[in-house]
Amino acid sequence: MAFITANWNPLGEAFYRKTELYEMCWNLRDGLRDSLVAAAPYGGPIALLREPLRRSPSSRPQLEIYSASGVGIASFPWKSGPVVQLGWTVSDELLCIQEDGSVLIYDLFGSFKRHFSMGQEVVQTQVLEAKVFHSPYGTGVAIVTGSSRFTLATNIDDLKLRRLPEVPGLQGKPSCWVVLTQDRQTKVLLSNGLDLYIVDNTSCTAVVPPGLSPQAGSVVHMSVSFSYKYLALFTDSGHLWTGTSNLQEKLSEVDTKKTTTPRQMVWCRRPKSQQPSVVLMWDRLLLVAGVCNDTIQFPLEDPCVLIGELDGVRIISSTNQELLQEVPLVCQDIFKIASMAPGALLLEAHREYEKLSQKADEYLREIKEQSMLGEAVKQCVEAAGHEYDTNTQKSLMRAASFGKCFLTDFSPDQFVSTCRELRVLNSVRESSVGLPLTHAQFKQMTVQVLIDRLVYRQFYPLAIEICRYLKIPDYQGVSRVLKHWASCKVQQKDLSDEAIARAVCVKVGDSPGVSYSDIAARAYECGRTELAIKLLDFEARSGEQVPLLLKMKRSQLALSKAVESGDTDLVYTVVSYLKNEMNRGDFFMTLRNQPVALSLYRQFCKLQEQETLKDLYNQDDDHQELANYYVTASYKEKRLESRLSLLQSAVDEYNKAKNEFAAKATEDEMRLLRFQRKLDDEKGAGLLGLSLQTTQVRSDAVSIMWAEPEHFQATMEALLALGLHKQAEQLYRDFRVPDKRYWWLKLKSLAEKEEWEELEKFSKSKKSPIGYLAFVEVCMKCNNKYEAKKYVSKVTPEQKVKAHLAVSDLEGAADAAIERRNEAEMGAVLSRCSASDRLVIDRLNRARAGAAKK
Amino acid sequence: MAAHLSYGRVNLNILREAARKELREFLDKCAGSKAIVWDEYLTGPFGLIAQYSLLKEHEVEKMFTLKSGRLPSADVKNIIFFVRPRLELMDIIAENVFRCHHSSRDFHILFVPRRSMLCEQRLKEQGVLGSFINIDEYILDLIPYDGDLLSMEYESAFRECYLENDQTSLYHTAKGLMTLQALYGTIPQIYGKGDCARHVANMMLRMKREFAGTQNQILPVFDTLLLLDRNVDLLTPLATQLTYEGLIDEIYGINNGYVKLPPEKFAQKKQGEASKDLPTEPKKLQLNSAEELYAEIRDKNFNAVGAALSKKAKIISAAFEERHNAKTVGEIKQFVSQLPHMQAARSSLANHTSIAELIKDITTSEAFFDNLTVEQEFMTGVDTDKVNTYIEDCIAQKDPLIKILRLVCMQSVCNNGLKQKVLDYYKREILQTYGYEHILTLNNLEKGGLLKPQTSSRNNYPTIRKTLKLWMEDANEQNPNDISYVYSGYAPLSIRLTQVLARPGWRSIEEVLKMLPGPHFEERQQLPSGLHKKRQQGENRTTLVFFLGGVTYAEIAALRFLSQMEDSGMEYIIATTKLVNGTTWIKSLMDRIPPSCF
Repeated sequence: MAFITANWNPLGEAFYRKTELYEMCWNLRDGLRDSLVAAAPYGGPIALLREPLRRSPSSRPQLEIYSASGVGIASFPWKSGPVVQLGWTVSDELLCIQEDGSVLIYDLFGSFKRHFSMGQEVVQTQVLEAKVFHSPYGTGVAIVTGSSRFTLATNIDDLKLRRLPEVPGLQGKPSCWVVLTQDRQTKVLLSNGLDLYIVDNTSCTAVVPPGLSPQAGSVVHMSVSFSYKYLALFTDSGHLWTGTSNLQEKLSEVDTKKTTTPRQMVWCRRPKSQQPSVVLMWDRLLLVAGVCNDTIQFPLEDPCVLIGELDGVRIISSTNQELLQEVPLVCQDIFKIASMAPGALLLEAHREYEKLSQKADEYLREIKEQSMLGEAVKQCVEAAGHEYDTNTQKSLMRAASFGKCFLTDFSPDQFVSTCRELRVLNSVRESSVGLPLTHAQFKQMTVQVLIDRLVYRQFYPLAIEICRYLKIPDYQGVSRVLKHWASCKVQQKDLSDEAIARAVCVKVGDSPGVSYSDIAARAYECGRTELAIKLLDFEARSGEQVPLLLKMKRSQLALSKAVESGDTDLVYTVVSYLKNEMNRGDFFMTLRNQPVALSLYRQFCKLQEQETLKDLYNQDDDHQELANYYVTASYKEKRLESRLSLLQSAVDEYNKAKNEFAAKATEDEMRLLRFQRKLDDEKGAGLLGLSLQTTQVRSDAVSIMWAEPEHFQATMEALLALGLHKQAEQLYRDFRVPDKRYWWLKLKSLAEKEEWEELEKFSKSKKSPIGYLAFVEVCMKCNNKYEAKKYVSKVTPEQKVKAHLAVSDLEGAADAAIERRNEAEMGAVLSRCSASDRLVIDRLNRARAGAAKK
Repeated sequence: MAAHLSYGRVNLNILREAARKELREFLDKCAGSKAIVWDEYLTGPFGLIAQYSLLKEHEVEKMFTLKSGRLPSADVKNIIFFVRPRLELMDIIAENVFRCHHSSRDFHILFVPRRSMLCEQRLKEQGVLGSFINIDEYILDLIPYDGDLLSMEYESAFRECYLENDQTSLYHTAKGLMTLQALYGTIPQIYGKGDCARHVANMMLRMKREFAGTQNQILPVFDTLLLLDRNVDLLTPLATQLTYEGLIDEIYGINNGYVKLPPEKFAQKKQGEASKDLPTEPKKLQLNSAEELYAEIRDKNFNAVGAALSKKAKIISAAFEERHNAKTVGEIKQFVSQLPHMQAARSSLANHTSIAELIKDITTSEAFFDNLTVEQEFMTGVDTDKVNTYIEDCIAQKDPLIKILRLVCMQSVCNNGLKQKVLDYYKREILQTYGYEHILTLNNLEKGGLLKPQTSSRNNYPTIRKTLKLWMEDANEQNPNDISYVYSGYAPLSIRLTQVLARPGWRSIEEVLKMLPGPHFEERQQLPSGLHKKRQQGENRTTLVFFLGGVTYAEIAALRFLSQMEDSGMEYIIATTKLVNGTTWIKSLMDRIPPSCF
């Protein structure tokens, strides 16, 4: 495979090679001459503006956008002002910087996105030169104006213009300048005559590159490396100085013997570079000047453009595109003539093996003797990654695979991932796609960004294939692609809403992580509201649908979606939005169709807007709730009259609700209130001395009554306590109080007042509906054993024992229990006996024994 | 500190740790010294997640209770409000912020369990929204209570769902279950009974779709989720619980794992010192399975607790006697090393003996016995269609209203509604005796289905009782062989449903399921391939039973009993919106009218 090294050129210890990437697909009539050309790194697109400064309105220049392989993407006549500079942002947007300081932004397909200005004063002074640069903050623009002032914007997406301080003695534009980013600061390095200055936000400092020969002359061209770490200066005497961009260290100084200023000068390095170099381009010559002072010269036939990459320089001419790079060390090891590196031997071994030659074994043995087989495999795999030619890739991978067979525990990860990545890289390098990425660039940009770029270029099927092939989780992979596809699809004007919605649904389906609401939002932005609504229907997350629906003024739909989500806060949000948007009638009608929202709104009103609550019930003819509302309201009312009238409203509503019981009960309540008032009026002045309004100082019994005016029982108790038996009797009849309860009431009241005679009379008034045990117990509670005993005899036989026990009459209890031959009762009596009750205990035990015999 | 959470089949400490981590992260977001202003309701639940020491480690120097007016002074940089998303609380916060004149103060809000646009809107209207540096949410849905118990501590869930048609609690439930699944894997099978259960399941499935793509790669810990509406079984919480823990809750109330007890029985009897001043502060005890003895007796029928305690007493004193046998230095050393554990056991025994005595005083009273007799009559279907004399007497004697309501509701539930005449009689008696304002409470109970007029002539409760064997005549309280021991005869309907689901399956009781309110359903959630469990021979399955609207300690006891049964093949983890008993449950349904101004 000697031919692999055919295009290798030694430079110092290292080699440089030029590999053809593409024959350009474009057909440029006038080549690249007289054109503004901007090509983005990482195999980005190329923009071309012919004769940008031609000002005649009759013939407008044409702005053309191509893929890196020269496939036309867009082309349109430039109707705006004269353009000074073209440049690409990190997200593949084209910046066109005009003479008047305005910057127009176009997407990859040539559609205008937006514009911004580099400052009002520039309209007068004009932009002399401009540069687009990339910093950690994004894409920036720097200009130098006719008044010799620099203005910077470090991130065009978050535009903050910074006007740099004046440079002493600068007239017009400097002879050359670059933008540096160091320590998170963006500065400009410029050359004016013999002087070099660094201008930052606050100051302008004269600098001298360390070790620059005094006879070198003034700097006429400068270039900063891809990583902003290194700087190259070219002087009018042909000296090329290289060093670090902070001007602390010198790397080399080469005398190129060229006194004309090069057209372009670009750093050519790679990560772990052995021999970095600077590539200088003149009309007919390309010169690679290594830091080691060696140079390589390539003749040029055609005007070219150089694009600095992370690991090399791309050279675009009107006919083809080449990659100039330092040959990676591992490739040198393998392919260098007569190399004895393990990888080289393995490659050789495999070649012999394919020829069925026993030499394969000899080579293998040699590697194995040095225990370098693992290393050999690694080298082959790594080198394959660096190779552009698929045949070379294959033979290296095969060799690696062959070597792997003789290793036991060798992790296949790197082999597998390199295989996969190479397949992906080869497919995007295809001329039709046109992303000439090297493996190192691919690693740097990450697969996510690659997919984004493919998506941006609308290579959806390829992007999906890659996602699937690399087994990227759907969330970051296929779904993301589909999302972009759908967002693009909704803009397709020639299709009906129906057709697009269907197409989107079929393709996207339930793909995880695709937000239909995002797609719908896109459709809405394009003015397709109906389509947006159709798409929102597919959205699983109701929460996501709601804001957009509100924005589109589809509030009813928003409400039902909010309800569907179950998120009550969301429902509240829509409801409060509707409340502000609609008139009250419509608002209520809308709620009426959404019971869940309605109940939530009721809840809200209960706490916040009582009056609205009433209106809501009224509207719904919800008489039951309306009645409850009046009842609640009545308790907040201080005046009796208003209270009664509220209760009357409640009665009416209960009646309408056909809740007879509640109506009746509420009527009773009103009756009670009136009764109380009457009582108050009659007895008030002399006896009670109360009014309904003042409630402060009263006797205990009375205060119960008036503190709880609706309290029937308390009223009865109070009446009895005050000895108003007649009135109590009246209430008892009027309110159909069951006898039992009345008897309990009266019993307790009389006992509490210790009206024992009255109590006895009462007990004899008729047969007690609550029995007589109650009398015994209540008397005992009032500590009157004497009275209690009076009632023991009247107690029913079943309760006799209890009654006797209640008055602590053990003998009586024992008698009753024995008489009833009830063992449980005997037991109960026994448990109450103490040692002194010997006699009773004996009797009971005998009785129990007797009962047990039977 | 929370080791007891990790003893069970499912390590619930993972959930607690996740909650703690999130809390720490939030606290660290507010750099510098802090004071926390608490929505009082949250302090209990938070206590189960983090003690003060954790807050202190993160520079929390002061804690206040949220109340209107001016904030107490505190020399701190940050003021953090921990609040539920409620409008009335926003007004208080606004007042607090407005009246704070320290300009250097940083304000933050942490909404629990979720932030709310409505509340933020309110803060904006009050003109203080801009004063907050951080507005965040602390997603605390399911709080680990014990090794097998999770609660949302959402008191008003039942009321909101059934009376107010407000399903906020169900949304939180679904979210909580999603969090749980994120930590413990997708639950492959979901069963449910009831409207709310259906709603929660629907939301879960929907949320799963929303999260599609982030496939959960955790091996599922739960095999089954059973969602049960409380209104499927209204009977059980009304009945008086007869397990030890159930009775403690019925009588003294357990709040966030703590009970407050009358202090008299716990007076420290120090020798030589006359107990001149009895403690007046209630004795506060934490009750959970971290206490060995409590874990042993909590789920026993109370009638079996005495025996268990005396057995324990013998073991402990025997252990102390061991010291006489300790002869060698080594033996003595071993004895001494066990001393702290033994002393803890002894004090635990003393505590529970005291509690048991307190409870016994009540359970042996006539009133308790009579009440229980009536409950059991209702549950066995005796005279449920007539006005009950005992209830009548209780009203006449003005027993506590809630007791009356529990009994009346129970009668109604056991009779599938009361005859109009009977119902009206009870209602009138209640209104006359306890006040007309309770008409609203009665309305609520009717709306919730606890109290209702009989509409169809057919009472299907007996059929349900017979099919599900809700009443077991010979309940063995000492050595139970059936869940009915928890109510000394009545087997909780909810737990029977759970039991039947495990074996032989709900298909066998289709008829009964149709009689109970709401749909029953089964859903399956697809697991990513490779996560299908390969079950070992004899390995138990795990079911998460979620009670929507509350669960009682007796029901929990019954489920634990089922887990422990040797041949059940199923372990249960219990989750609920709130731990309830008949009293707290009825209380949550009562309408509180602001006290009259008269």
